Amino acid sequence: MNSYKTIFPLVMIVILFTTNIFAATGKSLQNANNDPQDIKSLQSGARNFMNYCSGCHSAEYVRYNVIASDLDLSDAQLQENLMFNAQQPFETINASMPSMDAAGWFGQAPPDLSLMARAKSTDYIYSFLKSFYIDQSSPTGVDNLILAGTSMPNVLWELQGHQVMIGEQGSEHLELSNPGKMSEEEFDIFLRDTVNFLEYISEPIRNARRALGIKVLMFLAFFLILAYLLKKEIWKDVN
Amino acid sequence: MTEKVDQSKRHFLTIATAVTGGVGIAFAAVPFLSSLKPSARARALGAPVEVPLASLEPGEMIRVVWRGRLVYVLRRTEEMLGRLVGVTEYLRDPNSSNVELQPSYATNEHRSLNPEYLVVEGSCTHLGCAPLPQFEVTPSSDWFGGFFCPCHGSKFDLSGRVYKGVPAPTNLRVPPYTFSQTNVITIGIDSGSA
Amino acid sequence: MANNEKKQSENSNKLLNWIDERFPYTETMRYHITEYYASKNFNFWYVFGVLAMVILVIQLFTGIFLTMNYKPSATDAFSSVEYIMRDVEWGWLIRYMHSTGASFFFIVVYLHMFRAMLYGSYKKPRELIWIIGMLIFIVLMAEAFAGYLLPWGQMSYWGAQVIISIFGAIPFIGEALVEIIRGDYSISDITLNRFFALHVIALPLALVALIFVHIVALHEVGSNNPDGIDIKKYKNEEGIPIDGVAFHPYHTSKDLVAIIIFLMIFSMVVFFAPEMGGYFLEYSNFEKANPMATPEHIVPVWYFTPFYALLRAVPDKLGGAILMGLAVILPLFLPWLDRAKVKSIRYRGWIYKTALSLFAISFIALGVLGVLPAEGVYILLARIFGILYFGFFILMPYYTKIDKTKPVPDRVT
Repeated sequence: MNSYKTIFPLVMIVILFTTNIFAATGKSLQNANNDPQDIKSLQSGARNFMNYCSGCHSAEYVRYNVIASDLDLSDAQLQENLMFNAQQPFETINASMPSMDAAGWFGQAPPDLSLMARAKSTDYIYSFLKSFYIDQSSPTGVDNLILAGTSMPNVLWELQGHQVMIGEQGSEHLELSNPGKMSEEEFDIFLRDTVNFLEYISEPIRNARRALGIKVLMFLAFFLILAYLLKKEIWKDVN
Repeated sequence: MTEKVDQSKRHFLTIATAVTGGVGIAFAAVPFLSSLKPSARARALGAPVEVPLASLEPGEMIRVVWRGRLVYVLRRTEEMLGRLVGVTEYLRDPNSSNVELQPSYATNEHRSLNPEYLVVEGSCTHLGCAPLPQFEVTPSSDWFGGFFCPCHGSKFDLSGRVYKGVPAPTNLRVPPYTFSQTNVITIGIDSGSA
Repeated sequence: MANNEKKQSENSNKLLNWIDERFPYTETMRYHITEYYASKNFNFWYVFGVLAMVILVIQLFTGIFLTMNYKPSATDAFSSVEYIMRDVEWGWLIRYMHSTGASFFFIVVYLHMFRAMLYGSYKKPRELIWIIGMLIFIVLMAEAFAGYLLPWGQMSYWGAQVIISIFGAIPFIGEALVEIIRGDYSISDITLNRFFALHVIALPLALVALIFVHIVALHEVGSNNPDGIDIKKYKNEEGIPIDGVAFHPYHTSKDLVAIIIFLMIFSMVVFFAPEMGGYFLEYSNFEKANPMATPEHIVPVWYFTPFYALLRAVPDKLGGAILMGLAVILPLFLPWLDRAKVKSIRYRGWIYKTALSLFAISFIALGVLGVLPAEGVYILLARIFGILYFGFFILMPYYTKIDKTKPVPDRVT
């Protein structure tokens, strides 16, 4: 009897076998290692975003006042440090540059960044922003290892410096040819904060939902105990 | 089916489970009901509205929209203000005793911050039609000037106070507003709050 | 005090009588709830029916509230979903419950169906329940498919593009049929609009009606049990099956425990992993639909992948489509394919046990293969598992007949 339970081990084997396959796929991206619960990092990320990204990129679903309340910023801090392209705190983040113009200059309009981290992962954006190198044949003067032929110029070159591609095909890697204002560590932190902020704006309620989830589970656990005791009590009738 | 069952324990567990389940359902209902409230976008679109008054002539009225609602801004003349005293006997609530209809700074005879400027919502308190401004006096029909609602015939005076014997139960509503600069009214912000 | 209570109960009795004279309230409650007897030895496989019901309720409720804020148009759909996620108070929770509910619906329904296969629930006299159940499954697939287009993300768009194109494989009418489904020459605003109508009105109505009939049919013949025997054979002097217990309070109290456990698992996903690693909410669906660029890997949502893998296993458009259709339709005939004298796997021989295990494995394996790119060894594997999948059904009349079954006890164990 009950020998159908032999199905389970077999099912488990299949599942294990398949998770291994999944692990094997995936690009060689660098780990952004960001922490969306780190408010300090998100605050610097917000500043980086406004200074370096929002010139060309919008975040059309994100409201300034939501950022302020989630990142513990006062109205004054918000107005002075972040709201370059807006009059009112409840506005959403628009790019300084009209997207029609940008489409003309770059060949395509810079994408909205509201959901970029969710669509592409922070690791991808982190690696992408680190992987510009000098390529004289490109109209922007740079190309990118992660997204070859990108129409985005290397906006952060002043901070990072210039990189060049070294080595033969197959074993190529990037090397700093001209140092920038930041050391490599400083630049990594700068990027980490920036992608951290991008992850935050891709789902601003992320931290709230986790906090609520714990309460919901605790309530359900309590409910479960009662329901289980009740079930046991009622089933005493059945021999 | 044995009779050894402890009925009181069973009773207690049934009640406790039912109550917990009820609390759970009540909690679960909160997000659904809250989602019906005006959203962040609605609140953003319903932000305070600035109304410049410089070009408003005495006796002239403009219509503005705040939160999608019609608001009348009337610049009353001395003569118009004078008429407010004469009509009180025909009014249902001449002293604006219903405090929910206007901010405290507008609970006065002229129902405004500055007697010269009347700010009221252009929405009849009967069923929400927009009353028509009819400021001239027509002695033949006992009309001292004010607002007349074409839908069901409600009448209001030049302070938006309702007349007796019409379907509208209360005076017109005064929205929160403030003089944010000289000659600029901001509707949606209470006077003295910002 | 006591007097008061007495009066109250008298009053409520009066009200009940008043209603009962006009509507069979008490009778219905008795027949379906307080005096519906089901076997006392239900195991955990028997909770998935009620769980499917719970999910249906969740989907209906969250769906109604989503509809209040969603805009079914190609320009606004994507941003209206983000509007729900960010601007509508608690909108994110309602949306995550709906998207998670969709996947859980399939998990639960697949397990519910597998239960029927384990214990022969589709066999006489429950053939009709099984057939209605299969119709529910097919309508549910259509409902999920229509719903998946609505967020108007990249995966919504291209997934729909691929699945709708399958109908184009049908000879003669294929192309015309595809145009009728889309209402346009490509997936467009028009398609989105009609899928919205199907998703929120037509298919839910059909689903609810079919589920109603499913339950009416079930209560007519009574529930099966893990022993696959008829509990109505032995009744006590009151005419109540000895091995049965009333649905309420016995099965309801048991089901409540199952429902809470389910809600805990459901909450874990909703609150801690709403994307579920990209399987419940696919990452490319966070990009707005772009008819100019197909994403690198396009895969249907996980619950369609077993069938999708079969489609890709055949190097022929029509052949693949037929195979996929067959894979969905074949289980419909289980009541007549299965020739065994016993219902429950407990009393079946080794052949059926092996066959069912292989079937389960091949179904899951096909599901996994449907996510992976169709190349090299994966195609070969899809073909092998496809043969096992179809073999299970096609050879069933033969192997269930020769399989040695064990004697079935009279009473449940």
